[in-house]
Amino acid sequence: MLGYAVRRLLGAIPTLFLIITFAFFLMRVAPGGPFDRERTLEAKVLENLNRVFHLDKPVWEQYFYYLGNLARGDLGPSFIYRDFSVQQLLGNGLPVSIQLGGLALLVALLIGCLLGTVAALRQNSWVDYSVIAVATFGITVPNFVVAPLLSLIFGVWFSLLPAGGWNSPESLVLPVITLALPQVAIIARLIRGSTIEALRSDHVRTARAYGLPTRMIVVVHALRAACLPVISYLGPAAAALLTGSVVVETIFGLPGIGRYFVQGALNRDYTLVMGTVIIIAVFVVIFNLIVDLLYAALDPRVRYD
Amino acid sequence: MLKSLVRPLLAGTILVSSAMAASAVTYVRGNDGDPETLDQHKTSLVAEAHLMRDLYEGLVVYDAGAKIIPGVAEEWSVSDDGTVYTFNLRDDAKWSNGDPVVAEDFVFSLRRIMMPDTGAKYANILYPIKNAEAINKGEMEPDQMGVKAVDDRTLEITLEQPTPFFLELLTHQTGLPVNPGAVEEHGTDFVQPENIVTNGAYKLVSFTPGDKIVMEKNENFHEADSVQIDRIEYIPFEDRATCVRRFEAGEVMSCSDLPTEQIKSMKERLGDQVRISPYLGTYYYALNMKREAMSDPKVRQALSMVIDRQFLGDEIWAGAMLPAYSLVPPGIGNYEGGGSEADWAEMSLLDREDKAIELMEEAGYGSDNPLTVELAYNNSENHKNTATAIADMWKPLGVNVDFNVRDLSAHYANLRDEKDFDVARAGWIGDYSDPQNFLFLVESDNTGFNYAQYENPEYDALMDKAAAESDLVKRADILREAEAMFMADMPYIPLLFYSSLSLVSPKLNGWEDNIQNVHGTRFMSISE
Repeated sequence: MLGYAVRRLLGAIPTLFLIITFAFFLMRVAPGGPFDRERTLEAKVLENLNRVFHLDKPVWEQYFYYLGNLARGDLGPSFIYRDFSVQQLLGNGLPVSIQLGGLALLVALLIGCLLGTVAALRQNSWVDYSVIAVATFGITVPNFVVAPLLSLIFGVWFSLLPAGGWNSPESLVLPVITLALPQVAIIARLIRGSTIEALRSDHVRTARAYGLPTRMIVVVHALRAACLPVISYLGPAAAALLTGSVVVETIFGLPGIGRYFVQGALNRDYTLVMGTVIIIAVFVVIFNLIVDLLYAALDPRVRYD
Repeated sequence: MLKSLVRPLLAGTILVSSAMAASAVTYVRGNDGDPETLDQHKTSLVAEAHLMRDLYEGLVVYDAGAKIIPGVAEEWSVSDDGTVYTFNLRDDAKWSNGDPVVAEDFVFSLRRIMMPDTGAKYANILYPIKNAEAINKGEMEPDQMGVKAVDDRTLEITLEQPTPFFLELLTHQTGLPVNPGAVEEHGTDFVQPENIVTNGAYKLVSFTPGDKIVMEKNENFHEADSVQIDRIEYIPFEDRATCVRRFEAGEVMSCSDLPTEQIKSMKERLGDQVRISPYLGTYYYALNMKREAMSDPKVRQALSMVIDRQFLGDEIWAGAMLPAYSLVPPGIGNYEGGGSEADWAEMSLLDREDKAIELMEEAGYGSDNPLTVELAYNNSENHKNTATAIADMWKPLGVNVDFNVRDLSAHYANLRDEKDFDVARAGWIGDYSDPQNFLFLVESDNTGFNYAQYENPEYDALMDKAAAESDLVKRADILREAEAMFMADMPYIPLLFYSSLSLVSPKLNGWEDNIQNVHGTRFMSISE
């Protein structure tokens, strides 16, 4: 299994290289540059800036310059936030995004699994229908509606929680709820579906025939199988959650890295966009690997040799 | 890379509580967004100007009402020909590390901003200083600049030619001093909280992008006794509505900008906490005079006069903008007697429409021979609504509009380089309070801003004549003549004048609305 993991990680290197190359040239194709703002710059001033940031060189030369720095572990300076390197910006923001995303993931898993299982066990009852209704709501109402609404109700009207900002543990509550809500819905639906299927499977029927208690049948035999689709969903979902959400960060004013991806692209902050692309790519690779390893642990039919 | 990412991950996962000593008076202040830099020589944004005003003090500064008052210079004199300014520096001006602020510090700073390698975005604003432009272009050495420290307390600045708005220029953040010791020791890292040395009312405590910038009172500041707010937390708001919610929740005491779509409801809820004040800015459409249709002055005039600016300001911008019938905003300095409005400004809209149709027919366009124009704007809800409304107002003239929408960066790159448009949305916020700062936009050699590619030797001659005139009243007359020529030729269609939009808590005293939208924290106080 260890050998498999190492092989997978080595195999990710060319993938990352392709992603970096593609992203680099895609950014350069977009018209305009980091210094084209509401106030256009004096020609000479622009020339000075381009020289300082090596933008006066041909694009392929800039590409190899970037790769060279990257090989030495240097993500370069931000073109827009000139007091920071891309490392510093991402280093400051990533812990925030990971705390938010991690907590949201945890909350979503706990509540989603609970709701999904209960709904499956009481299939076609009012409990089941309520869960489905909540889940549909969670999936369909976008977070740019949920976030300001929560902030308005709990922050402004009832003053129970901060309306925004990053000052105390309470600051986490509303953003985590916003992030977790659609995930709860998706996970509950997945678990419900797969649990219903598992409860009808041969090995559960066998367990019933042996007279095992219902709780044991559900927890040990049905849930284990029912978890598999959730786990394969969780790989990309976790990577997306942990690398931040532009909507939630902007609306609650949080210093995560989700904003950098969108703002960076709009500002043509080439190095910052590359930095976020690399982080997201690395997270996706790692979480997909974790998913595959978990599969082997949960499903005895899967073997990696 | 991994190391530097993982370390803060391990160290920084615990939230830092911002609990402060209860006695310190803290002002939580909303700002437009994060600064791109705290290096005053590289700044260009309004959000940065607010920060710089609290951290540093220039030779002259703006008071709470945006009037020029002595800063580090306690007095100054100007030579008879208007080209040599001599500043006497106060002897109690100190850096936050206790060192005195001396004339040599300003010499160092003014040379630094002009050095090509500094990459200063606003270097051109100080081009009136002798040889500054040549140094910035790398054609001269920095020591040839017209700045001289006669002694520790006396600074002499020589200009290329008389510049009546020179003191206004010095209030801009580009004129602020850097601490030479900090810059020499730390290079570009002199802006980091542990390295930075400031000479303003406040010193920098921390800067966390996306979160906050914290400043504390600088005890070495010469007016420290009169500074009443001990601590400022500047919060960057990319989303204006977020600031409004946090203001209403009592978490911030002022917002520096507001979502226009909420202005009406905010006025109902928050009353006079909503501040809308005239601002030094013009929202306009540039007409590409190299395109065939736009090269006809009749077409340009007709397109301009048919636009109902009152509707745009009141309905599209919810009262956050005022109708503009001239390029230079009213209330600007050095413009005794006011600007030149379009000669049709007083006509009724119906008469203007008839006149415009007539002009278009003379130019050969009408419902039987419609004109299709390509209108470019940068992506934003308000710009879109404005463009849609204007396209509708142009319909009676037989004008069809093709919209061309880009994001900000691509839009301005297009305006500057490709010039692939007939009509393009743009805006200009004055850097200093002088009509020249608006009228220079369409000088024929202003390749950066003259999106219309307007070339009129008579206009250029008037601008040159104004530049050489040191009598402010005569100069205002010349500039007015230039503006009248502009309004007759109409290379840009002035549409609206900007307002500054703020939310100010009743607990915050000393916030005075002013046309420059400057609000130094040192002039404010907080009541319980």
